[in-house]
Amino acid sequence: MELRAYIVRRLLLLIPVLFGISLLIFGITMLFSPIERASLYVSDPKQLRDLASIIQTYGLDQPFWSQYGTWLGQVFQGNLGWSKVVSMPVWNAIWNFLPATLELAIFAAPVIIFSGIFLGTKAAAQKDKPLDHATRVGAIIGWSLPNFWLGLILLMVFYGALSGLLPPGRLSIGMDAVVNSAEFARYTHINTLDAILNWRWDVFLDALRHLILPVITLSVTNVAFIMRLMRSSMLESLGKGYVLTARAKGLDEKTVVNKHARRNALIPVITISGYLFAALAGGAVITETIFNYKGIGWWAWQSASRLDIPSVLGFALFSAVLFVLVNLIVDILYTRVDPRVRLGGGIQ
Amino acid sequence: MTDFKFMMRQLVRNPLSLAGLIIIAIFVIIAIFAPLIAPPPEGHLDPYMIPREGYSPIPQPPSAGHIFGTTEGQYDIFYGVIWGTRSAFQVGLIVIGITLIVGIILGSLAGYFGGAVDEVIMRITDVFLAFPSLILAMAITAALGPSLRSVMIALTLVSWPSYARLIRGDILQVREEDYVEASRGIGASSLRVITRHVLPNAIYPTLIMASLDIGAVVLSAAALSFLGLGSPEGYADWGQMTQFARNWIVGPSGEPLKYWYAVTIPGLFILFFVLGWNLLGDAFRDILDPRLARR
Repeated sequence: MELRAYIVRRLLLLIPVLFGISLLIFGITMLFSPIERASLYVSDPKQLRDLASIIQTYGLDQPFWSQYGTWLGQVFQGNLGWSKVVSMPVWNAIWNFLPATLELAIFAAPVIIFSGIFLGTKAAAQKDKPLDHATRVGAIIGWSLPNFWLGLILLMVFYGALSGLLPPGRLSIGMDAVVNSAEFARYTHINTLDAILNWRWDVFLDALRHLILPVITLSVTNVAFIMRLMRSSMLESLGKGYVLTARAKGLDEKTVVNKHARRNALIPVITISGYLFAALAGGAVITETIFNYKGIGWWAWQSASRLDIPSVLGFALFSAVLFVLVNLIVDILYTRVDPRVRLGGGIQ
Repeated sequence: MTDFKFMMRQLVRNPLSLAGLIIIAIFVIIAIFAPLIAPPPEGHLDPYMIPREGYSPIPQPPSAGHIFGTTEGQYDIFYGVIWGTRSAFQVGLIVIGITLIVGIILGSLAGYFGGAVDEVIMRITDVFLAFPSLILAMAITAALGPSLRSVMIALTLVSWPSYARLIRGDILQVREEDYVEASRGIGASSLRVITRHVLPNAIYPTLIMASLDIGAVVLSAAALSFLGLGSPEGYADWGQMTQFARNWIVGPSGEPLKYWYAVTIPGLFILFFVLGWNLLGDAFRDILDPRLARR
């Protein structure tokens, strides 16, 4: 099958999933009574007397499918409701907080992926030796660690005990003033990138300093996953004929591992890395919450803890759609990386 | 049952899984004997509510009366972590139990009947799996109203699809076996074929792996409680106790680690509980994976 046909087929397959996602989100809003949903339109307590007319106006007592249709129409126009927490439309809030989350993902993902690949390769090359056992125990501890607790402990040590060395937040107060001043051009709202474009190394270093602990927190709990996957993929690859051939040719072990075995072992890791990035960009709720790092995850927590349901659901809808789309892109790129992927079906 | 003996021998021989077994055994003992280890004070109505001594927001360090100290709001940390063990087992067992029942029913329907039934059930799992699980769980919990019950409902809703898929896969493998064909041939009903022939041969490995996911469930539940979406204030719950410590991670100047106990102790209980199950899970994965066994 042609690549184009494959992409079209995948896009068509996306429709039922997106339909299901929207139905699930809308279904959750329908858990609330018309009166509860009508009160979301109220900003002044005096208007509470008019709830009945609000229900009438917005058709909140209509049958499920008719309300779903209205709602979906609004969503397609970019209207996801009003976010009480930040006093702006949910859609604007998402765009407002997304750059911070992207910045975190851009820094965390490479750290996680490359250290995972590195450690996984080492562990496989030294199977059943001390290093392999050490990484295995490390991985089990890594995915048993409550990330919210790890974050707090890191703050206790690097912010508390080391007198403010690595603070929470996105920028120090002074630097925040610089970033928001007129002479600092905000091209992307990704602080480190804007700092480079404005040639402000002090801002860059300050932003970096605030990123270290969140990146560590995300890494410790996620590296384990990539590492174990890389290890098993490597072990499979090392057992293949071409590795035997390479060894028989008399190549040294380093070349065999790095050139022949690893390249083939990387393929499943690339896919998972795509998912990882999608998950990070969709909001690292807990990490952002602990470090008071104001990205969409932080905003989602603020909304959830104040029961601002439209914001929470808007956020969930956004991250699911993002997740699905990124997965699609990864799958399409995948066909470029691995010629063995038959475009018509699954992986052989 | 020789399989069972074989598995137990493997588990005890491997130092990692042995450590896991010991950790879980300790937690089971703590949960069973909670009323003896941390007896509720006289006239205390609900033993799961941590007794408090006063309302001062400042955590108090370990002392004779409170061997692990107190949190903000003067909840006794020792009492909280001991009874929190019971809450953890409750949440873990209930969520995994219901998840498995739903997963087995839907997974075996999809796998056994195939066709339209399969298609519909699998598309539903696609939808649930399209969400990052913690985000969906957070949205559901917030919508249902924060409570431990909402947390359990949310975690069940986000975790059944992966089990349904695993069980469907297992059943697809077994479905074509001769003994299933034979049973169908002598006119057994679908229900009988599924429950007597397909399920017993298909799902034991999945069941074992699933039951070891208790650790992961408890970790997610603790995260939701930490975000303030779980148990009511003062309930013996590790996640909430960590949340209590959030404002106290940095002490006054000169004593930055003054309140270390408030954050460290509840977190260590979560860590070891989850670690115990994951250590066992890791060993089981090796035992159950025939590809690894041959290698």
